[in-house]
Amino acid sequence: MNEFLQQLINGLSLGAVYALIALGYTMVYGVLRFINFAHGDVFMVGAFSGMYLSRWLKPLLGHWPEWLFAVVVLAGSMTFCAALGILIERLAYKPLRERPRLTVLITAIGVSLLLEYSGQLLFGAAPRGFPSLIESRSLPGLGELHATNIQAFVLTATALLLGGLHLIVMRTRMGLAMRALSLNPTAAMLMGVNTNVVISFTFGLGSALAAAGAIFYASLYQAIEPFMGVLPGMKAFVAAVLGGVGSLPGAMVGGLILGVVETLVVGYSKVLGIPPGYRDAVAFVILILILLFKPSGLFGKQQREKV
Amino acid sequence: MGSRSSLLICVLVFGVVSALFTGHPESAWPLAQIDDYLLNILIMAGINVILAVSLNIVSGHTGQFSLGHAGFMAVGAYGSAAVTQIGGKAILNALSFLGGAAPTCVFVLSLFVGGSLAAVAGLAVGLPSLRLKGDYLAIVTLGFGEIIRVVIQNTEAVGGARGLTGIPSFTTLGWTWGLAAFCIYCVSALVRSTYGRGFLAVRDDEIAAEAMGVNTTKYKVTAFVVGSFFAGLAGALYAHLIGYITPEGFSFLKSVDVVVMVILGGMGSTLGVTVAACLLTFLNELLRQAEQYRMVAFALLLIVLMILRPQGLLGGIDRWIQARRNRS
Repeated sequence: MNEFLQQLINGLSLGAVYALIALGYTMVYGVLRFINFAHGDVFMVGAFSGMYLSRWLKPLLGHWPEWLFAVVVLAGSMTFCAALGILIERLAYKPLRERPRLTVLITAIGVSLLLEYSGQLLFGAAPRGFPSLIESRSLPGLGELHATNIQAFVLTATALLLGGLHLIVMRTRMGLAMRALSLNPTAAMLMGVNTNVVISFTFGLGSALAAAGAIFYASLYQAIEPFMGVLPGMKAFVAAVLGGVGSLPGAMVGGLILGVVETLVVGYSKVLGIPPGYRDAVAFVILILILLFKPSGLFGKQQREKV
Repeated sequence: MGSRSSLLICVLVFGVVSALFTGHPESAWPLAQIDDYLLNILIMAGINVILAVSLNIVSGHTGQFSLGHAGFMAVGAYGSAAVTQIGGKAILNALSFLGGAAPTCVFVLSLFVGGSLAAVAGLAVGLPSLRLKGDYLAIVTLGFGEIIRVVIQNTEAVGGARGLTGIPSFTTLGWTWGLAAFCIYCVSALVRSTYGRGFLAVRDDEIAAEAMGVNTTKYKVTAFVVGSFFAGLAGALYAHLIGYITPEGFSFLKSVDVVVMVILGGMGSTLGVTVAACLLTFLNELLRQAEQYRMVAFALLLIVLMILRPQGLLGGIDRWIQARRNRS
């Protein structure tokens, strides 16, 4: 039982990261109806910007309490990635607004490759150590369970970010416009919603969440490299599909489920008879099963195809 | 005579000539004396042509965007390598009555096994995933490609993550370009046939095609199986050229390489895709010094191309040739 709870703790903190990335996929899909392949690489940029920010800010703000310092780095790298997301949308996707979806998809793959290989050019291909923003300590009072303060920080910050996102989407005019756009783009435009601004805002919001996910991921695993975004990006996409693409609670739940399932499969690999090497295949198997049996996901709405 | 058949004849002649005259260092023919480096590039170009043309039947002619081509290539490479490297001795002994032709027979057998295994994998992947469209299909094929890679990586019988070494080098220029010609012929003949109209119908408007009674699933799966078969052949040729294969060599990035060839050549244009595959192979070699910048440049090219010229650099070249011929 203890072992199960332990795996659950590890799985939840990984799942929180997936959930943060998955939200970006889902929101962009909501307003533009396309899968932003480059999202996983924005995640990578988030990790690197976090690394550089913490290096530069360390001499200036080193005497601050470490959680405050971590929040400053987090906010800085979220801002940077939000700008990057908006820039990508303006330069690469906006000229293709009315084109076939395949064209946009290929462009997104191009953007993804561009970020990865520019990253390799700038940062080198070898993995780099991520500076520990918060010194890792075991939390006391959990009995035989082992949880670090980093995991606690990740889970708390994720909960706060998700709460904030909920407020933005449900309580602000911009959130209202986002929801309108995802319901019916033409009608929203006719009602005076400035679609360009809303789309930019959505990209910025999604990219900022991906950056937060990246900082958490890098704090948990402590190594970053230019291709680090590929697999988490794809898995987060699976999480978005699992929850139902376009649904915000779906993306959160999907991310958590995926993180927990993946950790459990690895943790119980002996019992299940699945070698731990299959870790990366778990997400894809889930994806294929979901698309075959419930393509609309857990929270998604069934969509009719119109001629 | 259409542009495709003239292209086919060029490739065939090239294949026959190179099959006859390479590999004899004392030969007086100029083609026989090319150095190994150039020879390897020419063979790689042929393999890439097979890959690109076979992906083109799925993505270009049938309109199903697949990102898992490298997975099928891996199945072909490992399947054929299993025949020649793991079971090589036994099969060679069994075929000893053929005398000097035995190694060639083993190679042909391995090519066939590689292609067939890939086709079976294509069928297994295609049946469930081709119910999906567009972005979803792309992700699922990508997922299947990754699953194939992870499975190989964790199968110790074929070397696991270390890869498979010591595969005999059977691949020659003649074999490669001969098979490339065969592939081009099959794909263009298939697409131009009555049956092939089904592929184009599915691409142009799936709903309309379905309404007219076209069995869209059947056409999609057929295109997928044919494409996978040739991808498997290309993988088999590749394994017997390099002599050393690892699961990492067949990752998502290899699939993207092939996709770039198809897009550059223009989706649905066999001639364009063939030219693009050769061009990119040579360009890759030219840019080997600037390896780091190469992929950045490709990525930029992909984005700019999609914005300015989505039909590909050479897309529509078939029609242009046709128009010129009609005028004269």
